Amino acid sequence: MRWTQILAILRLELRKNFTGKRAIPVYLLAALPVLLFAAHAAGIEGGRRRCTGTEDFMAYAGVFQVFTLRLAIFFGCVAIFMNLFRGEVLEKSLHYYFLAPVRRDVLVAGKYLSGLVTCGLLFCLSTLLSFLIVSWHVASLRNQDLFAGPALGHLGAYLGVTLLACLGYGAVFLVMGLLFRNPIIPAITVLVWESITIFVPPLLKKFSVIFYLESLCPVKVPFREGGAIFAITADPTPAWIAIPGLLGLTALVILLASLRIRRMEINYGAE
Amino acid sequence: MNGNGADKIVFEDVSKFYGEVLGVNRVQLSIPPGITTLVGPNGSGKTTLMNLMTGLVQPSRGRVSVLGISPNEPERMFRQAGYCTQFDSFPKGLTGYQFLYLFLRLHAKGRTEAEQLTWKALERVGMVEAAHRRIAAYSKGMRQRVKLAQAICHEPPVLVLDEPLNGLDPMARAETIALFRTLASEGSHVIISSHILHEVDRISDCVILLTNGYVVAEGQIQAVRGEMQHEHPMQVLVRCSNPGVLAARLFEHDHVAEIKMHKDRQGLLVATRDGERFYDLLNQLVLEGAVDVESVAPADDDVHSVYEYLIGSDGGAA
Repeated sequence: MRWTQILAILRLELRKNFTGKRAIPVYLLAALPVLLFAAHAAGIEGGRRRCTGTEDFMAYAGVFQVFTLRLAIFFGCVAIFMNLFRGEVLEKSLHYYFLAPVRRDVLVAGKYLSGLVTCGLLFCLSTLLSFLIVSWHVASLRNQDLFAGPALGHLGAYLGVTLLACLGYGAVFLVMGLLFRNPIIPAITVLVWESITIFVPPLLKKFSVIFYLESLCPVKVPFREGGAIFAITADPTPAWIAIPGLLGLTALVILLASLRIRRMEINYGAE
Repeated sequence: MNGNGADKIVFEDVSKFYGEVLGVNRVQLSIPPGITTLVGPNGSGKTTLMNLMTGLVQPSRGRVSVLGISPNEPERMFRQAGYCTQFDSFPKGLTGYQFLYLFLRLHAKGRTEAEQLTWKALERVGMVEAAHRRIAAYSKGMRQRVKLAQAICHEPPVLVLDEPLNGLDPMARAETIALFRTLASEGSHVIISSHILHEVDRISDCVILLTNGYVVAEGQIQAVRGEMQHEHPMQVLVRCSNPGVLAARLFEHDHVAEIKMHKDRQGLLVATRDGERFYDLLNQLVLEGAVDVESVAPADDDVHSVYEYLIGSDGGAA
């Protein structure tokens, strides 16, 4: 019975997530890395730039960690997950769900899943396409197969990290949309924290999502060499800790959301 | 009747505060099946009571149960209850049909059953033709009807309807009232809030009068009126051939507070503090042949009068 209800919630939410006005910036954010690497490849193909395959993959890793993870997926999750409940309160339509015989935690699960499907699909597609563009370009440069060497493994790792990022950030922003009347301020706080973690001591790094995500990336980006001279490096967390850690954080935050929503009232007048 | 409240909607010493603002205070109610109307001025607590019944808000104190189920268990409660809210907003982009069909899917109904129930509900509210139009393009009356359809589509034994007649044209109003009567006659609880007092009077088995968050009266309207006859003597219009004689005989009795002669001098408006004794006296006078009575009708035992006496025309407590 709960699965039927979750599927009904998914159907309603996916329509909103993919076709609503709030989806437009998410499409743009997902398209940007693809456009960037397409332009990069086109520039090289046109003979305007020179690039070795190694540099290409390093550039991809840099863009993925600095732009895709820290900005595109972050803000994509803000736009989708934060509005799963908050948006409905502002549009005064949340009571539609509250009038149905749906357990509130089932509602949280259904909505979270819809956000995950939306962000996961868009950003995994973005990661896949941008990586394929780089791989295709390197393959043609080196005259080798598209997935020669570790490329396929790297692609799998990037897709996994993308999905984990959606999972972790999604849960955090879903609960923020439930806890705060104006969740933008806490979202900015999280953004600032996630951005400065390269400058904080290793112990503090462990309190950020991005640290675990970067640990899972197949190519390490040397931020110091990239100009961030105050960056403090720390040993990456092994995957066997990072993945269960992120999943555990997600479960904990979803549990918090489920507890919060049980006492939630419909009082649109106060918004 | 079941003694443990399993067939009633029960409020046990319920209070609700929105911060420092009072919603309702110390409400003690036991609502039986039938049509019950909540009457009161704006801000009196009608919608708060309905939201408490359906778990959209939580009581600050006390306990609510609907047919023995706590509103904190929506998965059980909304199988028994349907709520037509005052909120005039809908999930975006849906047609009337989709709005109901998806709502029934949230009830975990199968596709075929959901389809059947959707069409049945649309038919009951006269919205079949507009079913595949987007709700955003509906008129206020149509939106009201589709909300009503949402409340009844899963055929619950408890219906909570917040101003359900708002925006409806006279024909739709008459049909909706007939629908309420049918549902009540089938044993359902139909809880309605309304400010259209003459319609309330026509359809209610029971009324609950609210003002400033307090229940000031509840029960059958005539019974409520009867309890007020000392503060507000009951008025009875007597049409008769010899009103002067009747007035003289009535004034001999101390329960008669006031008598006014009708403009056409063919009747009296009598105010009495004891309705029972008045009717006995009138019977006696007729039997004696002292008066020739054409008709007798209570003039102020309707909801409107009770509302005026208890709450006042300005909406403040009398």
